[in-house]
Amino acid sequence: MPSLPLQSQLINLFAALLLLLAFAMLTQRRILSLIRLFAAQGFVLALSTLVVGYATEQPDLYISAGVTFVLKVVALPWFLHWLIRKLNVQWDIEAMINIPVQMLIGIVLVIFAFNLAAPISEIAGTITRSTLGIAMASILLSFLMMITRRKAVSQVIGFLAMENGLFFAATSATYGMPMVVELGILFDLLVASLIFGVFFLHIRETFESLDIHHLEKLKER
Amino acid sequence: MSQASAVVFQILQSVLVVLIAPLVLGWVNQCRAWLQNRSGPGIWQPYRVIKKLFHKDAVLAHNASPLFWATPYILFGCMWLAVGIVPVLATSLPFAPAADVIALVGLFALARVFISLAGMDIGTSFGTLGARREMMIGFLAEPAMLMTLFTASLISHSTSLVTIVDTLGHREFVIYPSMAFAAVAFVMVLLAENARIPIDNPATHLELTMIHEAMILEYSARHLALIEWAASLKLTAYITIGIALFVPWGIAQAGDWSGLLVSLGALVVKLALAGAGLAFLETVSAKMRIFRAPEFLGTAFLFATLGMLVHFLLEA
Repeated sequence: MPSLPLQSQLINLFAALLLLLAFAMLTQRRILSLIRLFAAQGFVLALSTLVVGYATEQPDLYISAGVTFVLKVVALPWFLHWLIRKLNVQWDIEAMINIPVQMLIGIVLVIFAFNLAAPISEIAGTITRSTLGIAMASILLSFLMMITRRKAVSQVIGFLAMENGLFFAATSATYGMPMVVELGILFDLLVASLIFGVFFLHIRETFESLDIHHLEKLKER
Repeated sequence: MSQASAVVFQILQSVLVVLIAPLVLGWVNQCRAWLQNRSGPGIWQPYRVIKKLFHKDAVLAHNASPLFWATPYILFGCMWLAVGIVPVLATSLPFAPAADVIALVGLFALARVFISLAGMDIGTSFGTLGARREMMIGFLAEPAMLMTLFTASLISHSTSLVTIVDTLGHREFVIYPSMAFAAVAFVMVLLAENARIPIDNPATHLELTMIHEAMILEYSARHLALIEWAASLKLTAYITIGIALFVPWGIAQAGDWSGLLVSLGALVVKLALAGAGLAFLETVSAKMRIFRAPEFLGTAFLFATLGMLVHFLLEA
């Protein structure tokens, strides 16, 4: 096996860690550990962006790494912590499908994503090409988490984790989106989570629970 | 490398590991005690326990079959052989070609079969219960363990531990992302196989949830001493397999006397760190319900599988 330069090896390692964390989030039962894993994923994402920026000599990636770090490792986890304390829902996560089955579906998704990305990686010329499959796999895994969780908070964490995957996909496919787009998305994310937060408070006020199943019974009065 | 000095190395390693195995266990227990703000019994405690047990008279149940008293010896033999095969001090030992990683897992399985049979032999309900649970954990942990080892084998194109260590330790340094997955899976298997905390509590003798202790309740004196010793050997074997797979640097070639000192020093440092890490893991996690164990080990298996997939994606 021809050995790759150290930077690509590092990027590959971070990609693998990203996938590992995405998978770990899928198996997690507690919201608190879910948030911790989400913060860890953000940290790995920031590190990998930093390394890609260094390897391709694109200083603007340093900025997006910095913004990622501030937003996804510090701000959003802090906000989510505050939110679950406020809502008092630190413990259980209700899953629609039991966790072993979810993991099996997760494996199938990973295989699907790897195969889907393989032909694209073949023709790509970036140093990060082989990580595209991993990025897609983590998007799909987060998507699965969003679908299978019943509680609104874990769905939002799934949504945020999906954005992590998207961000990573953008970095690995094209060395990152234009700065304006990136900042726009990150800002959107921040606003979205704030709105979600307010929304949760209202859901709970109305139904005294965060189980979104109650929303199905919504009727006009 | 002469054959004679390789044999000397083999003997040296086997004897050394048998002697330090209780020390590893003592170190883990001591670290745990420190982390839990207790003063702890000291790292020599397992030796004292073993010595005390060897001085007692063995009591056998009336209905015990020969299998019951033969099991401790078989168990001890299996574990001793296992640590003889794993490259702990040096690679290319004379014993190493005897078994590759699959046979090594088989060796652990053999020990498990005997201890389970012995647990059921007397016919007490606790023994049977422990044996059943042990088999359940075992059949879930084994595939995860094998997948972990296969991930390492894929990289080095061999199932022989020596070749794996040579590939990972003695060549140019390369980061293998798949090994990150394998490492997580391996730690989970290690915890389950050695009756450590998320699956079983090693510090208990009277709990309905115990697994390992339930099987060996009927043993006393020298039999119990051998079983305890074998358990510490098993823990040491697993830790050294982990060291061989994930941090193999510093290991000597067999017959390389100058490398021996470095290898010994590296081994001591790695064992100390691994023991402290194990104690930390045990302290931060709570024991889970027995019916969560399949989920825990299923996760380990899937992580190992993911490791293989990642290997094909990133490293092939």
